[in-house]
Amino acid sequence: MATTALVDPDTGLTQAQLAARHGLRVAGERPTLVEYSRRLWAYRHFIAAYANAKLVASYSNAKLGQLWQVLTPLTNAAVYYLIFGVVLAQNENIPNFIGYLTTGLFIFNFTQSAVLAGTQSISGNLGLIRALHFPRASLPLSTTVTQFQQLLASMVVLIGIVLVTGEPLTLKWLMLVPALLLQAVFNAGVVLLVARMGAKASDLKQVMPFIMRTWMYGSGVLYSVSLFERLPGWATTLVQFNPLLVYIELARYALLEQPPLLNESLTQLWLVGAAWAVVGGIGGFIYFWRGEQEYGRG
Amino acid sequence: MVDHMHATDEATVALPVLAQERIPTVVVDDAHIIYRVHKGATGGSTPVAALRRLVKRTSAPNVREVHAVKGVSFTAYRGEAIGLIGSNGSGKSTLLRAIAGLLPVNRGAIHTQGQPSLLGVNAALLNDLSGERNVTLGCLAMGMHPDEVAQQAAGIIDFSGINERGDFASLPMRTYSSGMAARLRFSIAAAKKHDVLLIDEALATGDKGFRKRSEQRVRELREGAGTVFLVSHQLSSVRDTCERTIWLESGVLRMDGPTDDVIRAYEAYANSK
Repeated sequence: MATTALVDPDTGLTQAQLAARHGLRVAGERPTLVEYSRRLWAYRHFIAAYANAKLVASYSNAKLGQLWQVLTPLTNAAVYYLIFGVVLAQNENIPNFIGYLTTGLFIFNFTQSAVLAGTQSISGNLGLIRALHFPRASLPLSTTVTQFQQLLASMVVLIGIVLVTGEPLTLKWLMLVPALLLQAVFNAGVVLLVARMGAKASDLKQVMPFIMRTWMYGSGVLYSVSLFERLPGWATTLVQFNPLLVYIELARYALLEQPPLLNESLTQLWLVGAAWAVVGGIGGFIYFWRGEQEYGRG
Repeated sequence: MVDHMHATDEATVALPVLAQERIPTVVVDDAHIIYRVHKGATGGSTPVAALRRLVKRTSAPNVREVHAVKGVSFTAYRGEAIGLIGSNGSGKSTLLRAIAGLLPVNRGAIHTQGQPSLLGVNAALLNDLSGERNVTLGCLAMGMHPDEVAQQAAGIIDFSGINERGDFASLPMRTYSSGMAARLRFSIAAAKKHDVLLIDEALATGDKGFRKRSEQRVRELREGAGTVFLVSHQLSSVRDTCERTIWLESGVLRMDGPTDDVIRAYEAYANSK
């Protein structure tokens, strides 16, 4: 090339050797896991601001605005109560069925909406990804934060429902806080996982609703978990270790006086819940990081 | 205007001095870039078919591959301003995005000094949010610290001139005219200092007053940056800003040399078509 020929010490070098001689780095190279985590930490303000912005934007066209944050879970609970509590009468052997149902529903909904939004957190933001340079994990993580903010609003509704249906306010309720935090970490991991999968195959969002519905039926949200005890032994064990069932049972244990529970041992519930948070959180993060260079290809 | 001439002269005079020890800032080595584009729904998009594709790991039938850049090589040095010209769809913007590390190369490699920044008008923002919130979000996404954002926010809105006809900064961006939105996007992108600066058609934004302000801003950014790339269809702005020009045609590098020579050849080619 004519331009490189002008430079004496660099003549005869290939492009790659020239780049190496002057310490240039490959554009868009994937950073190490530690470096990536450090950069992500530096972007925490962006993650928070983006999560907030999404939350505001999602209701900005509705007349009732942010009120829907409370109205949506409330309407949801009413519909399911009508079908499973009144029409199918699943409530016969469950004390405080309304409390049982809404707890399960709201806790499950936290993961469900996070996963559904997370599937599109990369593929739905290609414009931003192709325009600016930032750690891509910021996007799925801010999706998780948005859903966590939604959860806090629905928890206010849930506590109201549980109190109205006659549950006493006890110290046990404090257990709800670590349980929700563990679930949030687990969710972040799952969202990172589906975000990378959804970035490659944008048709994943067509399949996701079916997977989530199956997961819901396996988590004892709408009916008594005692139904699972009729399954063969291995299947019951499988359901016992289902992370969502674990988080739902933790919340039911915290809020309700006499909920029917599949897991008898509280220690086991906490251990399984914490293990899922660690495995899901770290696993999802590493899986997402390994695909960092590919986001934005289309 | 006098300032403008002065600044351009300085930039061109400074070049031979820098040329004595030429430090490469961007090395593009036989880069190939292939895009995957979804053509939209063409049947076969049922959940069952989608699941089958996921399991078999085959790509959907409605995906087409576009070979946008085909084996381009060149070296850019510190202190250079390089114009990229070529017809629509010749791969100029794609190449810029690859240099910025936003699009991966499929074959070959692109080496850069530091983190190049792309200055375009297409940076996606949230249309449902107010202009002010978009400024904050855009600055944070460029890696600014919140304190810095708070300091600069008012200046960015002033520069964009969106408040010239009443308080638009607190209104959602979907209420803006396309010119206003583009001006605000440019103002956000131009608020940061850059090592290697890639400018994509950003000089053609907005009305005359804003264009003057943005050209001035780009000149300031150029003085602080090591190397500037400029993609433009306005050959006059390439002639004004760049002393070297690269001509891309259908993803292939046609010519690389002094701006005047390359533009003359390009014009001859464009007229003969």
